[in-house]
Amino acid sequence: MTPDMKGFLILTVLKMVVVFTIVLVGVALLTLMERKVSAWMQNRRGPNRVGWAGLLQPAADGVKNIVKEETFPAEANQLLFILAPAISFIPALLLSGVIPWGAPINVNFDWNLPLIGHASFHGPMSLAVADLPIGFLFILAISSIGVYGIALAGWSSNSKYSLLGGLRSSAQMVSYEVAMGLSLIPVLLLAGNATFSEIIRAQQQGLWFVASLTLSFFVFMVAGFAETNRLPFDLPEAESELIAGYHTEYSAMKFSLFMIAEYANMITVSAMMATLFFGGWDIPGRWDENGSALAGLVTALVMFTKSFFFIFLFMWVRWSFPRFRYDQLMALGWKFMIPLALAYIVVICVAMWALGAAGIVHPKIQGLVLLGLNLVGIYIVFFLLDRGRLLSGSYRRQAAAGARG
Amino acid sequence: MSTRTVEMALATPGLDDRGRPSRLPLGVGTAVDDDLGAEHMLVNIGPQHPATHGVLRLVLELEGETVKRCIPHIGYLHSGFEKLGEYRHYNQIVPLTDRTDYLSPMANNVCLALAAEKLMGIEITERCQVLRVIACEMSRVISHLVWLGTTGIDLGAFTPFLWSFYQRERIYNLQEAWTGARLTTSLTRIGGMMADVPDGWEAGLRDFTATFTKTLDEVDTMFTRNSIWCGRTQGVGVLTADEAINYSLSGPMLRASGVDYDVRKDRPYLGYETYDFDVPVGEHGDIYDRYRVRLEEMYQSNRILEQALDRLARLKGAPLNTDDHRVILPPKGRAMSDMEAMIHHFKQVMEGVPAPAGEAYLGVENPKGELGYYFVADGTAKPVRWRIRPPSFINLACLPKLCEGALLSDVIAINASVDIVMGEIDR
Repeated sequence: MTPDMKGFLILTVLKMVVVFTIVLVGVALLTLMERKVSAWMQNRRGPNRVGWAGLLQPAADGVKNIVKEETFPAEANQLLFILAPAISFIPALLLSGVIPWGAPINVNFDWNLPLIGHASFHGPMSLAVADLPIGFLFILAISSIGVYGIALAGWSSNSKYSLLGGLRSSAQMVSYEVAMGLSLIPVLLLAGNATFSEIIRAQQQGLWFVASLTLSFFVFMVAGFAETNRLPFDLPEAESELIAGYHTEYSAMKFSLFMIAEYANMITVSAMMATLFFGGWDIPGRWDENGSALAGLVTALVMFTKSFFFIFLFMWVRWSFPRFRYDQLMALGWKFMIPLALAYIVVICVAMWALGAAGIVHPKIQGLVLLGLNLVGIYIVFFLLDRGRLLSGSYRRQAAAGARG
Repeated sequence: MSTRTVEMALATPGLDDRGRPSRLPLGVGTAVDDDLGAEHMLVNIGPQHPATHGVLRLVLELEGETVKRCIPHIGYLHSGFEKLGEYRHYNQIVPLTDRTDYLSPMANNVCLALAAEKLMGIEITERCQVLRVIACEMSRVISHLVWLGTTGIDLGAFTPFLWSFYQRERIYNLQEAWTGARLTTSLTRIGGMMADVPDGWEAGLRDFTATFTKTLDEVDTMFTRNSIWCGRTQGVGVLTADEAINYSLSGPMLRASGVDYDVRKDRPYLGYETYDFDVPVGEHGDIYDRYRVRLEEMYQSNRILEQALDRLARLKGAPLNTDDHRVILPPKGRAMSDMEAMIHHFKQVMEGVPAPAGEAYLGVENPKGELGYYFVADGTAKPVRWRIRPPSFINLACLPKLCEGALLSDVIAINASVDIVMGEIDR
């Protein structure tokens, strides 16, 4: 093993430990944040007994969940029943590994370590655990494994509520994965690369993709809400209908794993929204990739702020909206989001070709042209096409009134 | 059919060994297997379920998520109120009425007192009427606030629940200040009230009426034009006016279907004809219209409360109870010093207030619909029969019809929109 490889391994292990620790602690704090945000919206105080301002509440919850009795339904499929939380938990954590959490840092060391031997590393180190060349394709692939966990949890519990929850979630996640994938194709077209670092670079050169690909962002955001099973798409666990959906029969730590998976997914989707559409760790205006530790820290903070905003948006929406009905969810996915994403791909392709034919190659000008195109698109989609039909429900009402004669 | 399904089916009353409902309270088709031999799934919603508003049990026959049949089972909260009433003096029945529709106890108290007074032919004072109107409208507001919040939760919106419960809490505090109890108010007595409002109480209610519609406005902002809310409620659980009348629905359920019937307007009691208020009427008969009707009723109740408060201020110092001490207890001070009063006190406490032989029915507009109390009297101080016409029970009858062909989520929404309270159904 060459010294370079050893150095790379050491750094990677270090990054893994740091990222997973931050994500897991973040998940714990997000549960507290969710309760605080909901309390704020509902004129309450939220948890404030454990630790200062309730900061130790997640720890107390964790201890409670660990020492609680693990119950098994009598006729559950034991193996799958235990496996299911792990299947949804592991992919959720894996996902955080490919997101670049800050600008690359220049690292130079040449060490002789005991046991390991000579290890060295020279050059920029990405702040992602693994800056995979397949980038967001990896995320799409891994996140779709999570649905197995939920479907298996629903099926193996041998409870009808769980079963319905599992069925709903498989249908929902499979449908919205299509929309999510399609919404990322324009990103691929514009960036020409699926690697996160390259996508960020493309946004630094041009405009943030939220400007040049607004509708893509919209579709991605909605699909992201659906993928994470958050309200208004929380049908798999709709507590007023299915008790707790797929995790009705789960208790103690197995239940916690589902919750951790949900919040970890939330972090990932928020980070993806920030990375793919809001320039990731990019600071607009005065960005320079000097590779210093300070630049790494500041960009990581920027990335954190952006992701945090989307996490807050998740909570904001959750505590504001009612929930969709199953058929409406499917109709929104298949009849609205997927056609919209497909049409948008065509529009972007044509626009790119036209820009190329017109000889406009400067990324910023390209971005501005696309922004204008998007404004027109937004107007068409939200003000012309959808007026009182797909989303507002008045169409159904007329149909019902007509049927009554 | 797997073994487990059979076991579950056998454990369900009214199902034969193949899981087919054999004794149906309502005939809504019989096929369990469709042409392909697929089995329908039976799902229990309740009696322990987050969305059944008490201990209602719905046995749903599902094909996928579509409800083929819905069979409500009731009786999990049976308390025998009607029978208990036959062993009590008329005044002693008042505490029973607290516990029937426990979301609007004061309105039930008022209805009982009115029915007994009708039976006995007793006139009540104007001040008493005004206070009873206030009690009724406060009950309407809290009952509708609970409905609003829980329906929001049933449809997934949690936040308005706490907003409406905050306002409900304010009324509960007023209720507590007036009657000493938050739920078991036992407010009325035959010929009068259990107690007058304490000093300064009117200011508290005025403060409430001045500010609580802000919460309604907020909920209106959150729901009324929300596309998800509209999609979940519009065109769901539709009842036409004819159907609503045939199911003998009453209250907001009936009015949402476009039938302009409100006991307060059509058979006025307590001088409701002298108050200026409107009765909201829907046109589509779906969940959305029920929501709009109930929301508007709260605004209208607020108007009535404000007018009643004005009258209360005008009637300051006027007598509260009727001065007939054969039906209303004399003041304690006089009972200890005055022979006549002491005899009245003794007779009333020991023997109760006798009602002339005969019968009387009185219906009032309760938050959930027309609540009627029917008394058959034989000249003694206890009724021979006390019959409740519970609006929840009768409104519930349309549930199987509304749920048929709906989706599972719709069942929850429809059940919420009917606005039942189990204490009244299993009385």
